[in-house]
Amino acid sequence: MSSKVLIVAEHDGARLNPSTARCVTCARGIPGAQIDIAVCAASAGELAQAAAHLEGVSRVLVLEHPENAHPRAAVLAPQLVALAGQYTHLLGPSTTFGKDLMPRIAALLDCAQVSDIMAVEGERRFRRPVYAGNAILTVEVEGTGPVVGTVRTASFDAAAEGGSATIESVPVTVELPTHTRFVSLSAAASDRPDLQSARRVVSGGRAFGSAENFKMLYRLADKIGAAVGASRAAVDAGYAPNDLQVGQTGKIIAPELYIAIGISGAIQHLTGIKDARTIVAINKDPDAPIFEVADYGLVGDLFQILPELEALLDENR
Amino acid sequence: MKRILVGIKRVVDFNVRIRVKPDGSGVITDGVKMSINPFDEIALEEALRIRERGQAEEVVVATIGPADCAQQLRTALAMGADRALHVQSDALIEPLTAARVFLKLIEREQPFAVILGKQAIDDDNNQTGQMLAALWGRPQATFASKIELSDSTAQVTREVDAGLEVLEVDLPAVFTTDLRLNEPRYVKLPEIMKAKKKPLETLPLESLGVEPRVRVKTLRTDPPPQRQKGVRVKDARELVEALKQKGLL
Repeated sequence: MSSKVLIVAEHDGARLNPSTARCVTCARGIPGAQIDIAVCAASAGELAQAAAHLEGVSRVLVLEHPENAHPRAAVLAPQLVALAGQYTHLLGPSTTFGKDLMPRIAALLDCAQVSDIMAVEGERRFRRPVYAGNAILTVEVEGTGPVVGTVRTASFDAAAEGGSATIESVPVTVELPTHTRFVSLSAAASDRPDLQSARRVVSGGRAFGSAENFKMLYRLADKIGAAVGASRAAVDAGYAPNDLQVGQTGKIIAPELYIAIGISGAIQHLTGIKDARTIVAINKDPDAPIFEVADYGLVGDLFQILPELEALLDENR
Repeated sequence: MKRILVGIKRVVDFNVRIRVKPDGSGVITDGVKMSINPFDEIALEEALRIRERGQAEEVVVATIGPADCAQQLRTALAMGADRALHVQSDALIEPLTAARVFLKLIEREQPFAVILGKQAIDDDNNQTGQMLAALWGRPQATFASKIELSDSTAQVTREVDAGLEVLEVDLPAVFTTDLRLNEPRYVKLPEIMKAKKKPLETLPLESLGVEPRVRVKTLRTDPPPQRQKGVRVKDARELVEALKQKGLL
């Protein structure tokens, strides 16, 4: 059996998102897979190079078009559907980019989609979480049409670099819709590591009480080179921006170290951190559910513990 | 008439602790509290607010599922929807089937906006809105945290991984809701009484000519692997020592 997998690359115009390399690892689990990556961009240059360097990739298909400067599902889907005929599988990351795009592709192909693939069990057989990760399904895609899926990136390591795929330019000949126009993107500029790929994450909850207090968390993060996350409660309360939210409807992450401070640990939050290697919980309430999943629990007031932690980390320098 | 179509799904209430059946055939739903999917409640609230601002005249709420789903439609009517459509079926409805059904409802109702929750909290698929927009050949504005309508377009703020993205879409369009779009209203008792008199139309799935195909077959349902219970440390110093010992700091 041989499978041909097309992965839709995610990028910001300048750099490949790490989710792409994780999709490659997922795809390599499909028996006999030959893997191509599609890069849709205004100008692909270094993006194509980066994709070609991922180990296990055969070809990088470059679709350059001015309309691809700002990815919108309605614009990208027809371009990718035009390529789909050659493939048994089309995969994208289970990030907001992939979640928006892949179902649009699937519907145009008259295919179902497997969302949040966390394990590959066969050519058309996968495992995926449902009910906020409280149950795991093993599913099989019936029929012979292509498998469309999104990859739960926290479940796969990034593919190594060192590959040397061929890069091919593919002209965009399909008609692109004009009904969906990009207006703006306000991204928080930050020197901190990216939340979704960081090795260490410190995360804060409602217990911080204010946006001002939440800044204490940034100081701690910077001392250990961590990314900053937040619970839904902290985002809803306006202490932290939405792109920091960790959980069922926010980001699903798998850092080596996750430190949850003042987060009680609602099921919806826990589902976002289940794959963290080591979880530390600091909370005033000894019965908070976060302690059920924590490898190290510390009961106490964060306003006392955080300064202590900072001082201890300074001592170590 | 300027009309908004809202889709809702009956799901296990978000407060219920989910348990997997010992034989791996699914999760326990017998005797469990069922509610409107929270994201769909937000979708309905948004439609009601648009109507209350005078930017729509009618809000039609629709669901697909067995007879019991009428309960959730009644709740939606009590929240303020004008009428309800119940596409009745006992079959398993995949997102692509749901999208096909909504396309049929769009043909019937001619809405200028369709608002759906971004995902259902049971199957966590996050597909139906995008699939519907594709089949309809119309714009999709997913994960919306703000929707501003004008006559022929909508400006939508979307919660994306990088931050907040703003798109402008031509109407009609499909919108899917994120958590911070609004806070749904509570239903008051008099409204529940009034809702009993509002129109609720039942349409058998077959009458729409949509076949409930199952293309992603569930073979088994397992509980998630449990994490090992950890240890309590007594203070910050002990925590730092422990993390250092494991090479994490």
